Amino acid sequence: MAETQTLRDWLLAETPTSRRHAKISALYHGWLSFRSNTMAMIGLGILVVLVLVAAAAPLLAPHDPFVQDLGNRLAPLGTQSHVFGTDSLGRDILSRLIYGARITLYIVALVALIAPIAGLLVGTVSGYVGGWTDTVLMRITDIFLAFPRLVLALAFVAALGAGIENAVLAISLTAWPPYARIARAETLTIRSSDYISAIKLQGAGPLRIITKHIWPLCISSLIVRVTLDMAGIILAAAGLGFLGLGAQPPSPEWGAMISEGRRFILDHWWVATMPGLAIFTVSLAFNLLGDGLRDVLDPKAGE
Amino acid sequence: MSTLLDVRNLWVRFPSRNGVFDAVRGVSFTLGRERLGIVGESGSGKSMTGRAILRLIRPPGIVEADQISLEGRDLLKLSEKDMRAVRGQRISMVMQDPKFSLNPVMRIGDQIIEAYRLHNSASKAEAYVKSVEMLEAVSIRDAERVMRAYPHEMSGGMGQRIMIAMMLIPNPEILIADEPTSALDVSVQRQVLDIMDKLVKERGMGLIFISHDLNLVADFCDRVLIMYAGRIVEVCDADKLHDAKHPYTRGLLNSLPRLDAPRERLEVLERDPEWSEAPSVSGTV
Amino acid sequence: MVRGAEREWDRMSMLEVSGLNVWFGKHRDRVDAVKDATFDVGRGESFGLVGESGSGKSTILRAITGLAPNWSGTMTLDGRPIGKTRPKTFFKTVQMVFQDPYASLHPRHSVDQVLGETLHLHGFKNIDTRVVKLLDDVGLGQKFRFRYPHQLSGGQRQRVAIARALAPEPELLLLDEPTSALDVSVQAEILNLLADLRRDRSLTYLMVSHDLSVVGHMCDRLAVMKDGEIVEILDVDALRAMNASHPYSKQLLEASL
Repeated sequence: MAETQTLRDWLLAETPTSRRHAKISALYHGWLSFRSNTMAMIGLGILVVLVLVAAAAPLLAPHDPFVQDLGNRLAPLGTQSHVFGTDSLGRDILSRLIYGARITLYIVALVALIAPIAGLLVGTVSGYVGGWTDTVLMRITDIFLAFPRLVLALAFVAALGAGIENAVLAISLTAWPPYARIARAETLTIRSSDYISAIKLQGAGPLRIITKHIWPLCISSLIVRVTLDMAGIILAAAGLGFLGLGAQPPSPEWGAMISEGRRFILDHWWVATMPGLAIFTVSLAFNLLGDGLRDVLDPKAGE
Repeated sequence: MSTLLDVRNLWVRFPSRNGVFDAVRGVSFTLGRERLGIVGESGSGKSMTGRAILRLIRPPGIVEADQISLEGRDLLKLSEKDMRAVRGQRISMVMQDPKFSLNPVMRIGDQIIEAYRLHNSASKAEAYVKSVEMLEAVSIRDAERVMRAYPHEMSGGMGQRIMIAMMLIPNPEILIADEPTSALDVSVQRQVLDIMDKLVKERGMGLIFISHDLNLVADFCDRVLIMYAGRIVEVCDADKLHDAKHPYTRGLLNSLPRLDAPRERLEVLERDPEWSEAPSVSGTV
Repeated sequence: MVRGAEREWDRMSMLEVSGLNVWFGKHRDRVDAVKDATFDVGRGESFGLVGESGSGKSTILRAITGLAPNWSGTMTLDGRPIGKTRPKTFFKTVQMVFQDPYASLHPRHSVDQVLGETLHLHGFKNIDTRVVKLLDDVGLGQKFRFRYPHQLSGGQRQRVAIARALAPEPELLLLDEPTSALDVSVQAEILNLLADLRRDRSLTYLMVSHDLSVVGHMCDRLAVMKDGEIVEILDVDALRAMNASHPYSKQLLEASL
């Protein structure tokens, strides 16, 4: 008990004793703020469960997601050894959901890495440098913004073949422009601050100012925006999967599962509904998490 | 002099993650038809006191007092609906920056008319006439043009005079002015204060003038309450401010640079924890 | 302070400004913030720029540091003319303290980072020792070293800003209303600190303020500005004796009492 007390005291110390201490202390304060928001904690909890389920898929799934059992097609909920029933080829839906979590996370991770980083780079450079660079970069952003996601995905599929990576690429290419806009707007505000003027008076060049001074301030609003957009990204991937443009059969991607179950929706509703509920839950979780993060990182925007 | 406002033992608390923060601790004072100044630095609780009187402090802030009575009627016991009839009508407030108090997308005339009709049943035409009168009473010369203008077209001083006009339209008995001239240039400050002074005298109103500027308050008010850490540490008549006794007040006075009394070093206030421990001095007359 | 016919600063001039015009915007939208300003500041002197909002006093500081790009006229620092761009060495000589302590420190950088980065940019090697010394020099103890701005009061932040300005060991310090956002008691501490630093390091100050009593306390000479123009240059003795010539200066003096 005494050990935990001192750790907590150390984290909440008024006067940090080193750089690392100060950073960890700041993070801890943020965590305490976040923790007081029940809804956000629920969102976080769901996502933690998602990650654990995806990681432990081989251990948790009762069956192999690809094994077909044509004699046992379209078994209803609660059938012996198939809690969520089976689909049109007799594959266990629960196992497919569990393995599908991996695919969902893969999509989320890829898009979360590509789109905001691209947006941050373009937006901050554009906002800070201004002039022609700003005009050109923003027009390029506009061009990408004009592309409807599905049309671009179709083009990619036609050019490069269908598959989950191409679907993710298509989604990222249409997802980065809003982040560029946000980053640019933040940069324009920050650019005229006294602390930026002060560092210019120390002889700092644009590279240092953008990376060390502007990026740390943009990142909070980007993180919040990305988290809130995640729901849309997952749905977009599901939509592409539904159209057959994303993950290809027999891959247990949730959107593709809904598509396969579409034909049976009237009599065997669970085949499409269970993956639908999974998508709903994860999207909701991201929204709750995003709201909670915004309250912690960017309190003004939440009001 | 009759008592307009009687505040007894006012406490304002803000619960937070690290415990409860007491912004105002046991403040008592009365206000008659006089100009009462409340002076303090940031964190002294002076603004909170003003807001507490008008019950403008929202949860999680907690306001407690033995009483806050306006001519005998305890404001703390009123329902929100009844309080709304008091706010603006019987007690008005002018705040620091008119940029933040005036609606930027409405014409000034519309705002004043709206304010008037909120408290009086009058036709638009009557309200218009009244509003123009009010603007002229605050020495705005081209009142009709100002009625048609938007807030951003006005300078700070004019904006503040418009606020005063708006706040005085319903003929309140008490005006609370929270740092009304702090955002204004020195030459304009005097003008705005003179107008406030004139109107307050003409209408026999009570004025609570909240400021951080000791000298300004001493110049302008009749009585002064000096606040520190949520308590009143001294009460004195404005013309006797420079003979103040409490070490905090003396410290504040001595730490100001003065053109007529040049010194090598300014006196630095040594804060004594005693000051925040000692009970609040009563400002009741 | 010694006052006599022979003042230290009369011998060498630190900063000379002649016919300075500063404007913002172009063509029809052009606003002339400073018009034909001429004054000079001797080495070791403390010179004040006084005026109300919109008088152009802060703009002069920005023009000197290069933060206001559109200017004409001549500015000379220590005998060398200031051009359109400023070399790194300029910032080892001239530094600025900004008005709003709540806006002049990066919200995500600790005090240590702020000072460390400044020292690094100026090429100093023994950064740790220097950071410790700077904090001591401005009256902040070591316990403030790793705090973030939101954990500091206004006065403490301003001390950090002053430490940052002192880090490159400048000779001329530009002070833009350094105490107007601070409480009266804190103002006294900061003004005392600034006076001590000036004496100990033989600094030259160019201080902007709207508060005549602050300028009267801190400065040796001052220029009164109105609407972008310098209307009068006074000695502080004249100021204290209420001995101003220009009607606007008289008006300001009267209003401040």
